Amino acid sequence: MTGPTVREEMLARVRTALGPQPPAPAGVPRDYRRTGTLPRGSAEALDLLADRLEDYRATVVRSTDDVAAAVAALLADVDSVLVPDGVPEDWLTGLTGTVRDAPPLSHDQLDNVAAVLTTCRVAIAETGTVVLDGGPGQGRRALTLVPDRHVVVVLADQVVHAVPDAVAVLAAHPHRPLTWISGPSATSDIELVRVEGVHGPRDLRVVIVAAPTGGGTLTASRT
Amino acid sequence: MSTFLGMPTVRPHPADPPGAPLRWGPSFPEAAHQTLRDEQLRANLRTATRTIRDKRRRVTAELGDWEQLRDAGAAIKADVMARLPELLTELEANVTAHGGVVHWARDAAEANAVVTEIVRAAGAREVVKVKSMATQEIGLNDALAAAGIDAVETDLAERIVQLAGDMPSHILVPAIHRNRAEIQEIFTHRMGDAPAGLSDEPRELAMAARAHLRARFLRAEVAISGANMAIAETGTVAVVESEGNGRMCLTLPRVLVTVMGIEKVLPTFTDLEVFLQLLPRSSTGERMNPYTSMWTGVTPGDGPSEFHLVLLDNGRTRALADELGRPALHCIRCSACLNVCPVYEHTGGHAYGSVYPGPIGAILTPQLLGLGEEGGPFGAHDPTGSLPFASTLCGACYEACPVKIDIPSALVHLRERSLHPDGGHPPTATDLAMVGAARVLASGRLLRLAGWAAALVGRATGGRPIHWLPWPGSLWTRVRDVPGLPRRSLSAWWRDRQGWSR
Amino acid sequence: MRIAVFATCLVGTVMPRAATATVRLLERLGHTVDLPAGQACCGQMHVNTGYGPEAMGVIRNHVRTFAPVLDGRWDAIVAPSGSCVASTRHQQADVARRGGDGRLAHTAEQVAAHTYELSELLVDVLGVTDVGAWFPHTVTYHPTCHSLRLLRVGDRPVRLLGAVEGLELRDLGEAEQCCGFGGTFALKNAETSAAMVADKADEIQATGAEVVTAGDWSCLLNIAGALDRRRSGVRAAHLAEILASTRDEPWQGAAL
Ligand code: SF4
Repeated sequence: MTGPTVREEMLARVRTALGPQPPAPAGVPRDYRRTGTLPRGSAEALDLLADRLEDYRATVVRSTDDVAAAVAALLADVDSVLVPDGVPEDWLTGLTGTVRDAPPLSHDQLDNVAAVLTTCRVAIAETGTVVLDGGPGQGRRALTLVPDRHVVVVLADQVVHAVPDAVAVLAAHPHRPLTWISGPSATSDIELVRVEGVHGPRDLRVVIVAAPTGGGTLTASRT
Repeated sequence: MSTFLGMPTVRPHPADPPGAPLRWGPSFPEAAHQTLRDEQLRANLRTATRTIRDKRRRVTAELGDWEQLRDAGAAIKADVMARLPELLTELEANVTAHGGVVHWARDAAEANAVVTEIVRAAGAREVVKVKSMATQEIGLNDALAAAGIDAVETDLAERIVQLAGDMPSHILVPAIHRNRAEIQEIFTHRMGDAPAGLSDEPRELAMAARAHLRARFLRAEVAISGANMAIAETGTVAVVESEGNGRMCLTLPRVLVTVMGIEKVLPTFTDLEVFLQLLPRSSTGERMNPYTSMWTGVTPGDGPSEFHLVLLDNGRTRALADELGRPALHCIRCSACLNVCPVYEHTGGHAYGSVYPGPIGAILTPQLLGLGEEGGPFGAHDPTGSLPFASTLCGACYEACPVKIDIPSALVHLRERSLHPDGGHPPTATDLAMVGAARVLASGRLLRLAGWAAALVGRATGGRPIHWLPWPGSLWTRVRDVPGLPRRSLSAWWRDRQGWSR
Repeated sequence: MRIAVFATCLVGTVMPRAATATVRLLERLGHTVDLPAGQACCGQMHVNTGYGPEAMGVIRNHVRTFAPVLDGRWDAIVAPSGSCVASTRHQQADVARRGGDGRLAHTAEQVAAHTYELSELLVDVLGVTDVGAWFPHTVTYHPTCHSLRLLRVGDRPVRLLGAVEGLELRDLGEAEQCCGFGGTFALKNAETSAAMVADKADEIQATGAEVVTAGDWSCLLNIAGALDRRRSGVRAAHLAEILASTRDEPWQGAAL
């Protein structure tokens, strides 16, 4: 839309502003914590994640082996559950009314689905954050946005301690669309009173799986 | 701002329709004269700013490496400024490589024209918007309205402000000047589809906004957003939010336009680990905000199929050219400085007459507008020139700022710019008085003389407090006494004691 | 130790009691005190108001007056003002450098390195917290912004006050909020300043203390002025005045 002249002129303005002797690139001291202290997937990390998620009023369920039962319990009261490609089939055994995104559902169709069940890419214990990157079992972004309930299964070895740990994991595929989720949607715009559940899913439910299930076939490296 | 002919009970803030979004209204003291009288506003602000700053204090204290993160954040930003040309072209290349289109805009008019053209080409008459300071700054909604395009703000507070015909008064919580009763009023009379019998419960109000916006999200063809940061190395753009309106806008429409100030670029993907800790904890006082979205160009089968990134100058290169003022461009718009500022807490955001209020506004607005440049604004009584004086230099902002912007020093520097514009100006009475004062204050002898004169007055008044002084002293004595003056000068006391040292 | 007192322009003319208290206190602690005759002002008011270039002469006078500290004339310089010490440390050299006087900037930095705020001098240099004072009153302490955030004097003043015989310290609510003085801010933005000092006065009155103290007469002038206007009965005393007060020479408020 804009001709090369505008671009060239803006870049020229920037160069002029920096002067004939532009400031030297600054060295960046990175002596903050580059890695968390809790080991990935440790019981402490899982406890912290659960605690922080609950602090944001997400529903947290701890599971060790029977993911299907945990998932079924969290979705027992809904009649339609959207399941993106790549969610392990053995998690679905207790579900009825599963819906697939093939062919891709329209926005209105999505709006008529009650819940969505997904995996995740990584979870940050310290901040109570689950990150989706569109890998297997996570679907395109709209799937986890329009339905009012989002059930996400987090496996132990996906749980890292701190933000830098997660950024390091995500850096393997930085171009994927990323969604960082910390609790259900919320607003504090009216007198700073926090109201949970606005436009995004109002109901976030997280299953934290402490040990490999289904014969240890589930690992976080499936992406 | 669109004009409404709604119920007379909802009066827009500010009352007079503002001119340019970057600076409207009178000088700071004149505007504050109005806002200081609004007891309701002051009560709202007092509670709100205190709540949020206590939260911030708690979650920043929780991180043992908070100071190291601030140091890293400050250094990354300084590095960005030093390498801005190369980082911008790198960002452009990576966005383009992933199917995005990059546009450049030197000023508000250019940016508005670019966005309008994109929306027109998409054939849309209505667009949904994510809260964005950059689009506020350029007055994009008005420009779109002039082209027959309805821009719907989707952030709750931003929607309140839009429906009320207000200007925002806070960077993060733009409707902080409105309480629940006023919001109920605004929704009932202006929303068009407010449920009957809507109460003033925050939850109910939020749910009314959800219902009001839902259909618009689902049918929108075009969305417009700002950007909290963009990564040069990967072409990734990030938006940080709470309500999910951002995700709706960034995901559902076919076309996405992002308007971003050129200073928002970050060098590497790794830098996210610094700013995604600094920003949420400083702004909302949360460990992490509910939602952060990141995308790179377009992703086939997921989200918009067309992505436009508009890189905006609009005065930023002016600020960049001023070495001492440059750090204002490091700002990540967290609003921590507003929440800790005692001046902001008393006057509210509208006294600053800009979409950028508070301490950061007091340095950023004048710089974007070319304070002190030949032909530009200057002087302590000019609306823009008065902004750097709207501070006691208490330093609370500097202490809170996650990227360690030394706002007090920048304020002092800009005061000097304001009073010493390029090309000079005829001296004011204050200038002459200050030059005279400087001569006294540069001489031990003259200052002793002043002390002797003060003691003379002290003896005449019997050392009693003084209740009244002529102007400009009246500015002081209107609300304060002058504590009693001494009956003997310091030099007389010392001379009697042992004699001045040589 | 030989200590030079920099009274500051404000104390030197309208509030000499803070300077005389500083002199008496230091002499009582056994030090030799000097009040250099050429002294006037650090330049802060001009610099902070946007008259940096006009402040060059003021800064030059200050640096010239106190430069003998570099030749060993005194061991330290002390000022009963956090903001003036902050100005010597954080502003003078910068202003001089921008004004094109590199030598002045250099000397200013060296002189500033020997300059202390009163509580810093007592606690850090002289190593005392109990100065043997007697002050039989309830007191609340307002940490002034510049001593709090620029000098980071921390709890030094409170430790000094805590050791004063007879003194009962009352916690001040929202203590770290600025009192609204801000130099010429009090005139340029008089109404905002008034609203701020009203809050500060409310908090002070809520403590029920008889005396409010601080390390800077500039802020105290604002606070005391507002308290006097509302006939609160609360009196103001500089930290130095409290520390100088003894049974033999008790605090007398305004008397000099
Ligand atoms: S100046 Fe600093 S504290 Fe203020 S909004 Fe910007 S980043 Fe936040």
